[in-house]
Amino acid sequence: MASSTHAKSFTLSEGGVAALLIVCALASIIIAAKTHDEAMAFHAWLGLAAAAVGVFAVFNGHFKREANIPEEIDGKPNYQMGPVKVATALSMFWGVAGFLVGVVIALQLAYPALNFDLPWISFGRLRPLHTSAVIFAFGGNVLLASSMYVVQRTTRARMAGGLWPWFVVWGYNFFIVIAGTGYLLGVTQSKEYAEPEWYADLWLTLVWVIYLLVFLGTLWKRKEPHIYVANWFYLAFIVTIAMLHLVNNATVPVSFTEPKSYILWSGVQDAMTQWWYGHNAVGFFLTAGFLAIMYYFVPKRAERPVYSYRLSIVHFWSLIFLYIWAGPHHLHYTAAPQWAQTLGMTFSIMLWMPSWGGMINGLMTLSGAWDKLRTDPVLRMLVVSVAFYGMSTFEGPLMSIRAVNSLSHYTDWTIGHVHSGALGWVGFVSFGAIYCLVPWLWNRKGLYSLKLVNWHFWIATIGIVLYITAMWVSGIMQGLMWRAYTPQGFLEYSFIETVEAMHPFYVIRALGGLLFLVGSLIMAFNLWMTVRYGEPAEEPVGHPTAVQPAE
Amino acid sequence: MSLMNRHEIFEKNSIILTVGILIVVAIGGLVELAPNFYLKSTVEKVEGMRPYTPLEMAGRNIYIREGCYLCHSQMIRTLRDEVERYGHYSLAAESMYDHPFQWGSKRTGPDLARVGGKYSDDWHHDHLINPRSVVPESIMPGYPWLARNELDITDISADLATNSVVGVPYTEEMIENARADLFAQANPDAEGVDGLEERYPGAQIRAFDGNARTLTEMDAVIAYLQMLGTLVDFSAYDDQADVNLR
Repeated sequence: MASSTHAKSFTLSEGGVAALLIVCALASIIIAAKTHDEAMAFHAWLGLAAAAVGVFAVFNGHFKREANIPEEIDGKPNYQMGPVKVATALSMFWGVAGFLVGVVIALQLAYPALNFDLPWISFGRLRPLHTSAVIFAFGGNVLLASSMYVVQRTTRARMAGGLWPWFVVWGYNFFIVIAGTGYLLGVTQSKEYAEPEWYADLWLTLVWVIYLLVFLGTLWKRKEPHIYVANWFYLAFIVTIAMLHLVNNATVPVSFTEPKSYILWSGVQDAMTQWWYGHNAVGFFLTAGFLAIMYYFVPKRAERPVYSYRLSIVHFWSLIFLYIWAGPHHLHYTAAPQWAQTLGMTFSIMLWMPSWGGMINGLMTLSGAWDKLRTDPVLRMLVVSVAFYGMSTFEGPLMSIRAVNSLSHYTDWTIGHVHSGALGWVGFVSFGAIYCLVPWLWNRKGLYSLKLVNWHFWIATIGIVLYITAMWVSGIMQGLMWRAYTPQGFLEYSFIETVEAMHPFYVIRALGGLLFLVGSLIMAFNLWMTVRYGEPAEEPVGHPTAVQPAE
Repeated sequence: MSLMNRHEIFEKNSIILTVGILIVVAIGGLVELAPNFYLKSTVEKVEGMRPYTPLEMAGRNIYIREGCYLCHSQMIRTLRDEVERYGHYSLAAESMYDHPFQWGSKRTGPDLARVGGKYSDDWHHDHLINPRSVVPESIMPGYPWLARNELDITDISADLATNSVVGVPYTEEMIENARADLFAQANPDAEGVDGLEERYPGAQIRAFDGNARTLTEMDAVIAYLQMLGTLVDFSAYDDQADVNLR
């Protein structure tokens, strides 16, 4: 161990990460040798390669650094921003990739010849790739980056765990690679938004537990007496996702060298478990986590305190309590028990209130700073995202009502609803946060071009509007056509006639998605130019003190 | 405000905050999920349900692999137009051996809960290779590789055994004979046909892809599709019986 302050020692975290990776490498070798499944063998080799690179990086990092890393420099916290930078850059990469796959599958629905009769790019395999890439790869990296940034800034402490935050970021992205390549090779357990098979799930569990410990460990080191509100939401997101992940992926593998597994739950119980998971992937991954982003970045960018401290307490606890119940609204009129459907619907409607509590708290934070919307397109993006959040969280309770759901379920209306939340809320709040983060992290005076942010904003907004209006029309139309009767009392339309009627809307939707993709490419260019050619800020930008909630 | 001041305990103690969150988010799931495992009314009592034959199971796994569930539901809701379009509304009992369930959430294509017997094997064969050859307006992808790929049967006994671990009533005998049963179902001249019929009453036995000599993924998928929704004997099911009113 260290004998003086300048000495260099092989830290516990370096040893721990290296040891864990060596164990993983050995497991990969055994699996690669024993499996007869090509996809499993491919993943085992990937695992071995990743573990080898990881071990090399641990030792390389150790020999390159000259001394142990101090917690503080000149009385200021020595923040660990390396993992945050990597997660920010990867989120942009995965975002563009995920949007691109989205455009491809949208076009496949309009023009089925684009499936090219190839297994790896057929719609059924690309669709999970799209959803996982945007939710878990793009959204997940935004959450990792922002949570690791915010928790350090609001506690005024260096991240806990030494090398472990690096492990979390790279380990999580390795999970993404395994999941994504698995889908293309046909490895899936067919549970929506939880498609990866058992071995990817196990790996994610490990990464997630360490993520929780790093986050909690940083909170324990805090120099502020209070835990800032954004961190409550991050914590709720991390803890609840862990619970959902474990229960919904409780599978028994066919063998430890085969990718296939069978879940413990069956039929109606499995359906209930899946939508308890599925709706709360929305509630805790795509809502709680991104509300945390709102609670830090909106006040920061607007330079105003959070509107109401009391409201944030009330809406935090009520939101996380009510969300968990909402799942069964995905199962109206099915073989799921009626009592559960009714409970799901009731809680979904109640959920409207805490959702709007969050929206109000976000929007009203702008009090006294509304003029900034005219001059700051980044703030405009953040604020519009909160407006989209308000819209989707009104539409959601509406669609959870049994009578409305009888029309909307199984149709594109659901897809439109999801995208108003995903593109409008999650997308825009992430873009806003990344536009803030990049100059802060790379120590730049500002973004390369605010004009390009403006272009991004408008192109993406028009894209979203095209997307969701097309899906409203096609969804409601299809729902109405399915239940249309002739005056003689026969069903009016065959199923294929309803498919035919969708075509123009599928084309419009693909166009909307394409605009959203173009916007993200403009953003990627803007960020690249900021990092590569931006003028360095004189002093480290960001904020000397933690954000304060209003009293 | 005193209540708000008491919130300090959460804001100043990360473990209390974590435990508080865990308790608050656990309640809804416990109330909604747990009873489904012990309430007898959750799954109806019906005649005719049996576990999948090994060939159907293999077909089902291909159905999952190709992501069919993303566009096809297997859940007919209790709505007039759905019952007229697709047949009797789906019962919970009909998916009691499904690990995982395949109810789906989207109908880009029609519901498949009762597609069994609606179309001929030939139709399915042509439709899966090129959907537009039989339905010109279809937007479904083609799956020509199903006819080319030989069925991988290495794990079929392990598949059945694992299903029995998670609660599907496969017997030792079924698991032992999985491979023979799988071949027998796609070849009516095979020796094991009698044993298959005994173990899986009512199983459909024929060369599903029109060729009894080779066993392809096409055989398995068509066998699975032709069985869907055909097991429950609805002549013996009284949907107005007290026990079935839920």
